[in-house]
Amino acid sequence: MTTRIGVVTFPGTLDERDALRAIGLAGAEGVSLWHADRSLHQVDAVVLPGGFSYGDYLRAGAIARFAPVMELVVEAAHGGLPVLGICNGFQVLTESHLLPGSMIKNNHLTFVCREQRLRVESNRTAWTNQFSPGQEIVIPLKNQDGQFVADESTLDQLEAEGRVVFRYQGWNPNGSRRDIAGITNAGGNVVGLMPHPEHAVEPGFGPDTATAPRSGQDGLTFFASLIARLQGTG
Amino acid sequence: MARVIVDVMPKPELLDPQGKAVAGALPRLGFDQFQAVRQGKRFELEVSGPPAPALLEAARQAAVTVLSNPVIEDVVSVRFDEGAPSAAQSDTVPSAVDLPAALPQDPA
Repeated sequence: MTTRIGVVTFPGTLDERDALRAIGLAGAEGVSLWHADRSLHQVDAVVLPGGFSYGDYLRAGAIARFAPVMELVVEAAHGGLPVLGICNGFQVLTESHLLPGSMIKNNHLTFVCREQRLRVESNRTAWTNQFSPGQEIVIPLKNQDGQFVADESTLDQLEAEGRVVFRYQGWNPNGSRRDIAGITNAGGNVVGLMPHPEHAVEPGFGPDTATAPRSGQDGLTFFASLIARLQGTG
Repeated sequence: MARVIVDVMPKPELLDPQGKAVAGALPRLGFDQFQAVRQGKRFELEVSGPPAPALLEAARQAAVTVLSNPVIEDVVSVRFDEGAPSAAQSDTVPSAVDLPAALPQDPA
């Protein structure tokens, strides 16, 4: 049976169509979820896409956390449902307490949009099991409030438990603590990261690579990992 | 009508990028007396009826549940602003109740 991956749209979400397209290209079925939904429609996993939910008013992701659909996502995530939070989706996950820490404004105060090199620090998650440990990937990054912060004991715990999933390489684009670009929960089913895998899934529209311009498809592996995990092979 | 004021500030141990930007702009305008700036948020919660302790407690709950994120912010004050000007007068200069209670008094 085809893997069904839900993609939540909040008012102000931008990247839900890219996420749905990425899921389709990876061979799964994308299912649109609305912020006011009171059912997850039997999806096998959920993506919280990027954007500016509720205008990012109050704090990025702060109001989205209280959307009706998020109650269901939080409960299901505690039960093991794979959830991927991208950019604003990562912010929603921290505001929901599914992941520790928080995001504040970039340390240089400007919006940044670039093709970002990352190192895969953990391939023991539902969304990264098809990467090799230490593998370098390039996917787009675009944010204003991307500086990951947490207190020292939380950071030490994340490191000790192998829950840092991605680290910025080459340049830390937002001042994130310990160059952290993405983290996971204790179960490895919830992953949040600031860069955008859904924008690197299709030849002609991805980041540049050594072989050809705009040919980068490193983002596909996130969704291939999820499919492998659900089929028991990842 | 009463109004509850909730003040939220970024945690002291975190660099406040917005405050830092403001601190950079002040000397350029000739305000070189200020060494550092931190920028926080002030919420004004309007309630009908008289100020009651239960309202203050509800505001405290709202402050820690949604108005602030304890990972990056502290709720520094939750209080009634009983002398608040009505909406029609909101352009007027804030009244003295906005000033700290411990403002130095003229010794005269």
